[in-house]
Amino acid sequence: MTQPAILAEGLEKRFGALVAVDRCSFVVNEGEVFGFLGPNGAGKTSTMRMIACVSPKTGGRLEVFGLDVNERPREIKAMIGVVSQENNLDPDLSVYDNLVVFARFFELDRAEAARRADELIEFFGLGEKRDTVIEVLSGGMKRRLTIARALINRPRLVILDEPTTGLDPQARALIWERLRTLRDRGSTILLSTHYLEEAERFCDRLVIMDNGKILIEGRPDEIVSSRMGRAVIETVDDPAVLACLAREGIAYERFGDLVHITTNSPEPLIQRLVSSCNPSRLSVRNATLEDVFLRLTGRGLKD
Amino acid sequence: MDGQISWRVRHVWGRNLQVFLRTWKVSFLPPLFDSLFFLIALGYGLGQFVQEIDGVGYARFVAPAIVAIGIMNASYFETTYGSFVRMYYQKTFDALIATPITIEEVIVGEILWGATKAVIYTALILPLLAVFGVISLPDSLLLIPLALLGGLLFGAIGLCFTAWTPSIDTLSYPQFLFITPMMVLSGTFFPIESLPLPVQYVAYAVMPLAHIVSLARALTLPAAAPFALVSLAWLVVATGLVMFIAVRQMRRRLVV
Ligand SMILES: Nc1ncnc2c1ncn2[C@@H]1O[C@H](COP(=O)(O)OP(=O)(O)O)[C@@H](O)[C@H]1O
Ligand SMILES: [Mg+2]
Repeated sequence: MTQPAILAEGLEKRFGALVAVDRCSFVVNEGEVFGFLGPNGAGKTSTMRMIACVSPKTGGRLEVFGLDVNERPREIKAMIGVVSQENNLDPDLSVYDNLVVFARFFELDRAEAARRADELIEFFGLGEKRDTVIEVLSGGMKRRLTIARALINRPRLVILDEPTTGLDPQARALIWERLRTLRDRGSTILLSTHYLEEAERFCDRLVIMDNGKILIEGRPDEIVSSRMGRAVIETVDDPAVLACLAREGIAYERFGDLVHITTNSPEPLIQRLVSSCNPSRLSVRNATLEDVFLRLTGRGLKD
Repeated sequence: MDGQISWRVRHVWGRNLQVFLRTWKVSFLPPLFDSLFFLIALGYGLGQFVQEIDGVGYARFVAPAIVAIGIMNASYFETTYGSFVRMYYQKTFDALIATPITIEEVIVGEILWGATKAVIYTALILPLLAVFGVISLPDSLLLIPLALLGGLLFGAIGLCFTAWTPSIDTLSYPQFLFITPMMVLSGTFFPIESLPLPVQYVAYAVMPLAHIVSLARALTLPAAAPFALVSLAWLVVATGLVMFIAVRQMRRRLVV
């Protein structure tokens, strides 16, 4: 009998008339990296805040490690670590003090707090900044410290709301690298992002959300292959090409000035296109979650 | 929602103390200077033109009131501007409630911290005023427990405004509509008995500072204070009530 880390059934969050999370159901297993993907306003933060017991659900069922979020929030919060979307470090304190002050909130004694703080400072490469007031740290360092702080209670579940948003590629890579280590140690990780490539590479399973609803759930590669096929052929949106595609009986979708044709076997299709339609431009690439999202919503993920 | 408040409030308090210990050198001198300037301008400047009140010179008459005003300011400003910055700009409360600490504990911890600021202020200003000879020690040490009570009340009042204010700028409204009138009308700089009787009633009904001032005088001056116990009871009841309101209002603002 394995108990899921998170169990949500018909989970709902309303803000007045606005339905931010619309009857969502999902299960996150222990040891799994689970992603929430979706554009701004999809309901990712609202969902994660309910799981973290800081925002009351307005409907449905939600359990974390078998405990009801309404009934046992303190116990749940003792078992999780939260990295919220907005920076909420203590600007007046040093890197080290940010960690030890936070450790007290979890009832860790002084010696244990000091030990874990130094361990985390080491793990996140913040040693040089140990006694620096965090106001002067770079964005990437602040985010690393926030993640370090979320680990101070050795949580069974780590919740990260857009851990890499707003950071430069180097800082992002560094954070993913640390999170990968964490994953390999067996932590259960719940994260949200709108960087699809990162989610695709990092998550065991994910859901794509839009307008408060879960559109699709599964392993990233399975989602892509079941919904899209292996490859996407892109060509120009040109009346002659469209007429030719119709004539040949090839299904396509139009996005802006591009035409997408999805397929599992791109090579023969390309030959057919080149010989019969002769488009001015043609390219092939692997299908991605972005394509899935585009197909499901008719919109791109990034705003 | 009972059982939401435990001894974990000390962590909220301790977090504020830790930050304070890093910055106290800049943050604690201004209130002390403020009080001393008042003492010099009123007690010695204006005081030369004022007759004795209740058998004491004007400087000794205003000294306890200056402490009372300091108690009010120390706690009220901590839980308005201070708490608002923590809540809104630094998102400190969000960080706290992501741990086993509840929102109710955060609120109570903030109020306790506001009261602590009032106590620290009082502990520092008393020896200074004693040096000026306007209060006597050790009798006046009783102002310290009064600072705790007054600090809890004004800390809670401040948090109510923090719960209601849309932005940091609108915090100036309660200041000039409530704090400033109270500062000048609570029997601080002249005996409250000089006001028309109905105004006195209003003052004692709605101005916590009036009660703190009269208690401060009762504790530091020899004159009889027939209503001291009434003032004490008023403060205790008001503190309980306003703390309750502060917790409710803050919860309404923060739990979304
Ligand atoms: N405190 C709030 N009050 C009212 N509406 C909110 C609040 N928080 C979020 N929303 C709304 O709920 C929806 C989902 O927001 P959010 O969960 O933050 O999405 P995401 O994290 O995916 O960007 C949005 O329409 C947002 O405007
Ligand atoms: Mg969000």
